[in-house]
Parts: sequence; structure tokens; C-alpha cells
Amino acid sequence: MKIQAIIDDKRIESEEGKTILEAAKDNGIKIPSLCFHSDLSPGASCRLCLVEIKGRKGLHTSCSVKLEHNMEIRTKSPEIEKARRINLELIFSQHIEECDDCLLKLNCELLRLADEFKVEITRFSDRKKKYPIYKFGPSLIFDSSKCIDCRNCVEVCHIQQADFLEVKKRGCFYEIVPSKNKKRDCIYCGQCLVHCPVGAFEAVGEFEDIEKPLKNKDKVVVFQFAPSIRTSIGEEFNLDYGAIVTEKLAAAIRRLGADKVFDVSVGADFTTYEEAKELVERLKGGKNLPMFTSCCPSWVKFVEFYYPKLIPNLTSVRSPHIISGALIKTYWAKRENINPKNIVVVSIMPCVAKKYEIRRKELKIKGIKPVDYVLTTRELAWLIRKRKIDIKNIKGEELDSALGMPSGSGIIYGATGGVMESALRQVSYNLLKQPIDIEFKKVRGMEGVKKAELSIGGGIIKAAVASGIGNAKRILDELKKNPKLYNYIEVMACPGGCIGGGGQPVPADKEIRRKRAESLYSIDDKKEIKTAGESPIVKRVYDEFLNNEKLIKDICHTRYFKKKKEVK
Amino acid sequence: MSIDIISKIKEAGLLGKSGSNFPVWIKWDSVKKADALKKYVIANAAEGEPEVFKDGFILNNYPKEVVLGIKAALNCIEKSSGYIYLRKDYYNKFKYTLNKLIKGADIKLFKKTGGYLSGEETVLLNIIEGRLSEPRIKPPYPTESGLFGYPSLINNVETFYRVSKVLKGEYKDNRFYSISGDVNNRGVFEFKTDLNISQILKESNNFPDFDFFVQAGGGISGEILLPSELGRPLKGTGGIIIYNRKRTNPASLIVKKLKFLMNENCDKCVPCREGIYRIFEMVKNNDIDKDKLNEIVFALEETSLCGLGKCSVVSIKGFFNKLL
Ligand code: SF4
Ligand code: SF4
Ligand code: SF4
Repeated sequence: MKIQAIIDDKRIESEEGKTILEAAKDNGIKIPSLCFHSDLSPGASCRLCLVEIKGRKGLHTSCSVKLEHNMEIRTKSPEIEKARRINLELIFSQHIEECDDCLLKLNCELLRLADEFKVEITRFSDRKKKYPIYKFGPSLIFDSSKCIDCRNCVEVCHIQQADFLEVKKRGCFYEIVPSKNKKRDCIYCGQCLVHCPVGAFEAVGEFEDIEKPLKNKDKVVVFQFAPSIRTSIGEEFNLDYGAIVTEKLAAAIRRLGADKVFDVSVGADFTTYEEAKELVERLKGGKNLPMFTSCCPSWVKFVEFYYPKLIPNLTSVRSPHIISGALIKTYWAKRENINPKNIVVVSIMPCVAKKYEIRRKELKIKGIKPVDYVLTTRELAWLIRKRKIDIKNIKGEELDSALGMPSGSGIIYGATGGVMESALRQVSYNLLKQPIDIEFKKVRGMEGVKKAELSIGGGIIKAAVASGIGNAKRILDELKKNPKLYNYIEVMACPGGCIGGGGQPVPADKEIRRKRAESLYSIDDKKEIKTAGESPIVKRVYDEFLNNEKLIKDICHTRYFKKKKEVK
Repeated sequence: MSIDIISKIKEAGLLGKSGSNFPVWIKWDSVKKADALKKYVIANAAEGEPEVFKDGFILNNYPKEVVLGIKAALNCIEKSSGYIYLRKDYYNKFKYTLNKLIKGADIKLFKKTGGYLSGEETVLLNIIEGRLSEPRIKPPYPTESGLFGYPSLINNVETFYRVSKVLKGEYKDNRFYSISGDVNNRGVFEFKTDLNISQILKESNNFPDFDFFVQAGGGISGEILLPSELGRPLKGTGGIIIYNRKRTNPASLIVKKLKFLMNENCDKCVPCREGIYRIFEMVKNNDIDKDKLNEIVFALEETSLCGLGKCSVVSIKGFFNKLL
């Protein structure tokens, strides 16, 4: 039902049930806030989104009060402004500014508000000077001296079912700390980072080590970027949400000094090809069902640590950039006559968990790591800015084609449901033995859980797709009651899939994620080849190189292990 | 009978005894009328204000009456279950008596965990539910969505005691006061609610013959009053503490109280977590910047998330304006 209200003398209309903050935003009225994030429940802790409501005493936080019919609201007044300024000064008193090295440097809401409300940011001494810095495996750094205690990270870590971040009392104050509990561990999803309003989390090496890979002057440096990067990195250069910059990105990476630029989407086609094969085999044999996808390393770590009994259900197929990295160092190296030891593979990933994934020893091929470095979307953007490369105006260039071009399937891997849709396309293609143009719309979109059924050759694929571990947990709970409910399940740890990953530009919310995903589907729309198995490079590599079981196993498959707590 | 009791309470003019002075019948009425599958009635005996002990006195002397009052609420509000939420020492001391009295009725005793803040009504709900001891954002109010999301009536134990008096037709507009500090006759006294503080002190034989000030309404949130200001009735919870001026150093007293607040608050919202700390810092370092102080007090009063932050300014203002 629609209701009316007045905000700052303007008549507005809104759906009933929205908060004042949301209704104002929908109507183009911005109320300052820091701790509010539309993915989370309002914590109302920063006390900045204050408004006056006619007929009610005092100031109210607009993030927590629902709009009512005929309410009259003021978002600006000398009182409100004074209160905001003081609270901002108090917030600064607990936040050690590290602006030069902060991932929010270019769009820091805190500094913007400081400017707007004429805040004296050093009015109080820094309370958290001695607060510790924590490292979460090879993925994340948490600088608790920047923390403003909004507890968004604790909530999101809870939604992610890890409950690794805790609120603990030390002296008079509560602090955010990593859990010491042996039964809780970080799964490296990076959602804490995405939801922190003040940049207290960053990726390991973020902005300090980013030039390392380019320093290998005597080696062949190969960059490859993940499907989702092409529709998200533009944001770092003030382009619209969802702007597609594939070719510009290739050009920029060449300017950085990379010798080759490849597309991880090609690797994704190999993942799809193998995974579809494995799915059909498992369906035939009836073993280890439902089969889970495994290209998200956070999800894999979650299973290995929290649900080790389900390890056999994970597909043994490697994730796309690991396969393409391996193909670069084997198939391509051989073709080009380069010693694999002289190749450095750098993956540009939407994800901080990928920094963890490349350290897994079982991925090595004859002692060589398929991928040497992982940089996040943000890190690549930083590097490009640092070298003063103008993405907006750079002329686009084709990616290197030595490893061929991806099918549409390889592109949509970056959005939730993309892996599922790719596999379904591939299974149908194998069955019908002709190119198909089916869209599996049911597995698309930003909902946390999606379901679909597909009849093939007398059998039925009962598919479920989850993004966000909380949603995956819902499916696992369903399976507990009925183990046969699904036989194929895609899980991505981040909301919306990789387009919402922990390595992506911040801020990100549902709307932004939707735009990033839609652009991926628009690229797929224009692709003539939509199925992995149709792709010439896939056919060629299987013909020329991956023509025995042992090699396929070495390059395309892996193993998983029950894990003990890693972050202590 | 049920409608009856609410109108009787209304007629009697009974006001809440937790310090809010809210008409009791309105709360009862809205929980009764709320449309829900389940409801709760909670008697609050958290009594967290330092130097206030009248709830303990009531439980000790009138447990029957308290339970009678709770049962009346359970009768009046359909589909409801009861809780008596007790401070740890009260729980240990009175559980035997109370358990005997509530036998057969749908009332459970609950031993409070946590400190000062755990008496705040939404924190109390979180604690019974087994969650973090933090206040909830209001609205929704507990009468709409309280314990486990169900409409809940939360009243102080004294309120339930007064309800029993209404039931028996013995209601008088009285109130219990605990009086402590530098006094000769420490204890709990019952007087009419319209008595002023000076009269209360005199009637209880506690009016000092030395220079003094009082904190009236609770050891933390109560207001600071000088001898010339005692012609008013008591606000807040029913406690009066008397301080001998010669023997009290106001700065170290407020440091103690600020430390208490810093320890007991939930640290959730900015003004209370950071603001109280900065006031503490200023007093401790004897480096008081009036502008900063006034601005922090303003933010605390206007923008704190819960009553703890909002009410803390009452005594803070008193200390700075009258004693320092
Ligand atoms: S979040 Fe803090 S450190 Fe980062 S840019 Fe803003 S003020 Fe600087
Ligand atoms: S990376 Fe994920 S699991 Fe680890 S602390 Fe952050 S939110 Fe929790
Ligand atoms: S680390 Fe960031 S998200 Fe977590 S409580 Fe602190 S400010 Fe909030």
C-alpha cells in the first residue's frame, strides 16, 4: 500500500513498511548515514541519520523508524546538524585515519560528511591508537584501530554462518575480535570488508604488494581476469554501475607491462565441460549426490571446516582461473616453447578467498603453481590509477587469443546462477548434440535461493542455487530433512555471486550487484557461442592436449580435506 | 473481572513505579488488546541502580501481594505466561518463597545476568531470550513486540504490589523510598507520592544537620539536588542518597559514576560509548573544556539509543552545574 508523507516540505509517496531513510532515498532525499547497509538490519549505532518528526519529542534515527502516513519530517535543522557534527567528531576520535592506504580513499563517506558538517576531525585524541591489527590467513587484514564499532562485520559474518568475528569486552570497552573458539574459522569471503563503512578491513597486500608481479622483468608475465571484473571495475573510475570495459581493461593491463592478457572465462568453459561430465556420471551412478559446485573457495573452505561430511559432494573440478592458469603453464607454454618456470600468472579476481585458494598445495602440477598471484578488482584499479592510465579514454584492445575466446557461459560465471546455467546448457547440448539457445531464467536474478528442474534423457536435474552462505545453509537444512530434494547445487559465498565478492569495488549493495550481473548477461546475449562444449578452443585443447584421463585429472580436478582452524 | 481490573487501576490513577511514571492501565490495556497468539507478563526486579533497594524490601515483606498482582495480570490478559525477572542476589534469596507462591500458576523465575543495563526493559527481553545484553531499537515497543516477538507487559514489582492493593480495595497513593548514604536511619519507607523530598527526609528521620547534597531517583541516573531544591517530589526510581559535603569530593565521586557507566553501557551507540568516555577523560585529567562538555551532553541527551545514555546527563549536568 502507498502512503504519503512530507519530508523537508516536499510531498512524497512511499510503499508502506519502509523506514524513513529508505523512503527518503527512494524520493531522492539523502539523509547522512554511516552504519546503515541495506543488506543488514539497522544497527542505529552511528546516530547520524537523525531527523525530527512533527509531534514527537527529540531526534530520531531515520534508519530505524518506519515511515507512517502523513508524517512530517525534517532532515535538516540547526539542532540536527549540531548533533551530527558532535557525533562525527566522536566517531573520528575512535578512528585512526590511514587515508593514503585506504581502500575508501576515493569515496570515503566519513570524510565527505566531515566536510559537509564542518567537523574538526582531531578535536579529540585517538582512543584506539594501540588497537591491534589482525591477519586472517593469506586473505584479509583487520585494522581494529580504524573500527567505529558499528558491528556490521559481526552481523554479516554471522549471516555467512562463520561467526568468526565476535564482540568482546576488554576493560570498559567492547571490541571486535576474531574468535578464539576452535570450532569457528574465517572462510575468507571478505563480506566483512564489503560491509565496513570505514575501511577497517583490507585484502592482504592491498596496495602495498600490488607491483610485485610486474617486477618479474625476466619472465613472461601473463594476466588473466575473471568474468565478473569486466562489469565492475569501471566503478573505480567513475563509470556507471555495470559499465562493460572488457577491451579497455585489456589495453590498460598491457600498458602496465603485462606480456599477455587472457580471459578466465575460457577457463570457466573447461570447468563447465568437466563439471557437466561429472554431473551426468554421478546422476547415473547415484553416488555423492547432490553434487555441489566448487569454484568458490570460500564455500569450499566452509564445507571443509564446518561440514566435512559433505566433502565428497563437492565436484572435484577445479575453479576456472586454476584451470586456465594450468593450461597457460602447460599447453600454451609448450606451444610457445616457453619454460613454464619462466611464466608468471596473475589472476585478477573479485575475491579475497582466491588469495587463499592459490596456496593450496594439491593444485600444483609437477611442482608448479598454476597461478602465482591474485590481485583483486580494487588492487588492479589502484595499479591502473597509480600508473596514470586513463581507462575512460583508452582505446580498447582485443584480449590475447592464443587461448581462444570464451563462450557466453564462461562470462555469466560471474553472477549467481551462472555456473548452474552453464552446466545445464552443456548437459542439454551433449544430449541434443546440437547448439542450443536455451536460457535458464529460473536460476538468474538476485534472490538468495533459486530453484529449477530440467528433464533430460529420462532423468531430472533438480537444481538449487544459493548465494551467501546463510542461503546455502537453508538448502543444507532442507537436505537434512529430504536428502533427495536436489541433485545439483550451486553455491557462491558472496551475495549475488562473484559480482558481489570481497575483492570488488565498495560500496556494493543489491542494486549495484544487479547492475553488474545484468551487464554480464547482456554480453552473453550477444555471443554466438553460448555453450562451453561448442567453443573451438575447448574442442581443440581436448583434441590436441587433454586426450588422456591422467592429464585431465591433473589439470582439471582436485581434492579437498577436512580442515582444522587456520586463523588463530 | 478482567476489564474490571484495568478500569479499577485507571480509576486508582496508578502510575508505573520504575521511574517512568507512565499510567499503568494504558500498558495493560494495549497488551490485552494486542492481537497475538501468545503474550507475556514480566515483573521486573532487576533493581540495578546503586543504592536503591526498595524492590528487595518489597519481595522480602510482600511477596504474596506481588504474586497476586502478577496473577491478576495473567488473568486479565488471555494467552499469557509470566516471568519474575530477578537480580542475582534477589533470586537466591527469594526463590524458595516465590516458587511456593507461584505454584500452579504459569509464572517462571528468571535469574538476571549482566549488570546495570540489564534492568532496561528491552535489554531484559534480550537476556531472557538468551541474546546479547543490548537494548533494542524502539519502536516497536514491548507492548507490541516484546519477549520472543510477542506483546509483553513489563512492570516493576512495586507496580504489581500496588495492583494487589487495588484488587483488595486497599489502594492508597503511596510509594516506597529507599534512603541511604550519610544518614542515621538507612532503610525503606512508605509515604504518599506527593510528599516532597525534604518531607520524606524529615518524616523518615533522616534530614541531615550538616551541609549536604542528595542524589534523588537512583545512584546513577538520579538528579543532584542541593538543600534548597528539596521542595519537589521525587522523580525516577525510588531512591535518595545523601552526601555529606565536607566528606565528599565531587570530582572523584563523578569519576566513579562515569566509570560505572562506561563499564555498564553496551557500547553500541556513538554518544554513549565515546561521549561518556570523553567526559570521564576530562574530569580525570582535570582538564574540563566547557564547550566540549556541553556539546557531548547535548549529543548524549538528544541522540543516545537507550535510556542509559539519555538519563546519564541528568546527574552529569548536576555535578558540573552545582558541585564542580
Ligand atoms: S575511511 Fe578513514 S582512513 Fe579511509 S579514507 Fe576515510 S577517513 Fe581515511
Ligand atoms: S572473511 Fe567472511 S568469514 Fe572471515 S571474518 Fe570476514 S565475513 Fe567473517
Ligand atoms: S570493523 Fe568496520 S564493520 Fe566491523 S564494527 Fe568496525 S567499523 Fe563496523
